[in-house]
Amino acid sequence: MDFNFTEEQTMVRDGLTRLVRESYDFDTRRSVIESDSGWRPELWAQIAEMGLLGMPFSEEDGGFGGGAIDSLVVMEVFGRGLVVEPYVPTVVCAGGFFKHAGSAEQKEEHIGGIVDGSRVYAFAYAEPRGRYDLADLETTAKKDGDGYVLNGHKAVVIAAPWASHLIVTARTSGERRDHDGISVFVVDKNADGVVTRDYPTVDGRRASDIYFENVSVGADALIGEDGKALPLIELVVDEAIAAQCAEACGAMKSAQEMTVEYSRQRKQFGTPIGKFQVLQHRMVDMFVEYEQSVSMAYLATLKLGESDKERKSAVSAAKVRIGQAAHHIGQEAIQIHGGMGMTDELAIGHYFKRLTIFDAEFGNVDHHMKRHIALASD
Amino acid sequence: MNLDFSPEETAFRNEVRTFIEDNYPKNVSAEGLRDDLSPEDMVAWHKVLGEKGWSVPAWPPEYGGTGWTPTQRYIWSEENARVNAIMPLPFGVSMVGPVIYTFGNEAQKQQHLPGIRSGDVWWCQGYSEPGAGSDLASLKTTAVRDGDHYVINGQKTWTTLAQHADWGFFLCRTDPDAAKPQEGISFILVDMKSPGIEVRPIKLIDGGYEVNETWLTDVRVPVENLVGEENKGWTYAKFLLAHERSGIAGVARSKRAVEQLREIADKELLDGKPLMQDFDFARKVSQLDIDLAALEITELRTLAGEEAGRGPGPESSILKIKGTEIQQRLTELTLEAVGHYGTPYYRDLSDTGSNEYPIGPDYAQHAAASYFNMRKTSIYGGSNEIQRNIISKMILGL
Repeated sequence: MDFNFTEEQTMVRDGLTRLVRESYDFDTRRSVIESDSGWRPELWAQIAEMGLLGMPFSEEDGGFGGGAIDSLVVMEVFGRGLVVEPYVPTVVCAGGFFKHAGSAEQKEEHIGGIVDGSRVYAFAYAEPRGRYDLADLETTAKKDGDGYVLNGHKAVVIAAPWASHLIVTARTSGERRDHDGISVFVVDKNADGVVTRDYPTVDGRRASDIYFENVSVGADALIGEDGKALPLIELVVDEAIAAQCAEACGAMKSAQEMTVEYSRQRKQFGTPIGKFQVLQHRMVDMFVEYEQSVSMAYLATLKLGESDKERKSAVSAAKVRIGQAAHHIGQEAIQIHGGMGMTDELAIGHYFKRLTIFDAEFGNVDHHMKRHIALASD
Repeated sequence: MNLDFSPEETAFRNEVRTFIEDNYPKNVSAEGLRDDLSPEDMVAWHKVLGEKGWSVPAWPPEYGGTGWTPTQRYIWSEENARVNAIMPLPFGVSMVGPVIYTFGNEAQKQQHLPGIRSGDVWWCQGYSEPGAGSDLASLKTTAVRDGDHYVINGQKTWTTLAQHADWGFFLCRTDPDAAKPQEGISFILVDMKSPGIEVRPIKLIDGGYEVNETWLTDVRVPVENLVGEENKGWTYAKFLLAHERSGIAGVARSKRAVEQLREIADKELLDGKPLMQDFDFARKVSQLDIDLAALEITELRTLAGEEAGRGPGPESSILKIKGTEIQQRLTELTLEAVGHYGTPYYRDLSDTGSNEYPIGPDYAQHAAASYFNMRKTSIYGGSNEIQRNIISKMILGL
């Protein structure tokens, strides 16, 4: 057993923590998410320069030879500071597809662009009528000569307004919800027929609904094998969930610490409210929930390389446990902050909102509970 | 024992249902968020009710009340909830109004009660302060006598919808040397147009502005605006809080919200089938239904006690705790029901070009904001922790 980070991971964690503390304080974040762009490309470049965007890729793919633990380290710090920059869509999701299934040319072009920070990707997988089922696809990609023509509507594509490229799941054959016949494409966001409707999200990020209206792509847009992509999508989504579990842990840690700190300062009836035992026990429960969540984030990350069944089971277990903890800690943090917790001015409400939305991304508690049950009875 | 309404009560239900169907303003609905509405929309129904004589049903008939029994008032609120009616704001009708007709002098009754009944005067409440939330007695705003005026200085917070208010009722410290913090506080009516009042909106986590910080700097108020006796304001404040707490269970609204949740879950799909057919989801909706039934009967028991002359006691804390918990779970489950479309921040998007694609279904638009907003219900009106303290002290004797 070894739950220690390597010396290099510790250095990365310390350096990134410093960067977030110094240049991503709450007021700065607020002005950035309210600005036109909604994010900080210059910070993204700085993170690329620190080598963080290349960590999870092998050296032969142009990366620095790390893996999922490195993404966990990064995302935990991102969660601490509610960093909105698109590490999961770009590095974990897009990077994951190219790493696992990209051709040599695709790896060179796309992983290179991810590592040096010159390209940003968004992952267009969800659909309005599909809920959290990755195979419930109405978007189609019809064979057209050597290439394909895409049609469909993707819902709430996180980071799409910032992206240069989209990773798109689409049906190349079969019926809606069939497990066969699903493929993955990389599409230039400026391609003809890609229509985007951009908007902010309640947790301070940006997203788009994207309509593909007869979008033609070449054969080189296909990642992996035609019609056989579902296991690949499931793998990449599990990697994304593991990374976001780490992010949620960071956000829960901040929320829990802020609540304890507030309860020491805030006086009612002449006493700091943190002296009331009924609140002490509730803050202890928040802390316990957080520690359990960290354990589950580690479990999910460490099992990513195991068999499909073992991986899925661990990831779903983590998503269930952390989804529940995220709701619990977010709600308790607001309650213990009282009226101040309801204000936009305090950071705590923004942590609460991020933790709320965490549950709905890549499948909520119910969805992953069902997957966990199904795997156990397989 | 009998759970049925009497024939008279049933006839009353039919009468109010018909009245609401015929008279409720068609273009105004409380489906969304309150501060998305114009002030005129918020009082539109109040004005109709004022003309009918139904705007202050709980007041004594000599002040314009209807003389309805508690059960009739309950039926009334249920019928309004059925159409998502925007009810008269509580600040005039159920807070300051009863204080004025109970403790105010004749001149104050003449001056203020008609405007409350008609909906022409908008009131706000100046109780909470930055240092005095649940511990209201520690408030610091001062009112110092200067000839025939009080000079008020201090800062209030959470003044709900004060941005539209004509008048406010404020708790101010008139005797800083009183032996106990509850003593030496006075209940004063303040014209919100007075010089020295500044109302600053507070942005909340749902993105809206329904509460304010209110700063009072050398605000001069005529002494005749003092309600009751100087330094006895705490008595009136407690009286008012007891009124505020009744009706806080929100059963009728929550029943309507469960119906709406079911409608949403019939439209959302899981595995190609309506979400409402999913056992896990249906179970959570049923749990809410069941808890709501328990709350409703508990409220009816409290009402029956009131009709028998036993005023709402500390049992109303049960209604507050369970009522707000149910409201919160309802909005949480509604957010869960809408899936991905709970994520967009809709508030800034309502005025974009009409030829753009809409984002998600209509029913998803308020889901996240309502969930965030409803976290306030377990904090305001005496937090649920304070309600539990009340039960432990007043009922359990701990």
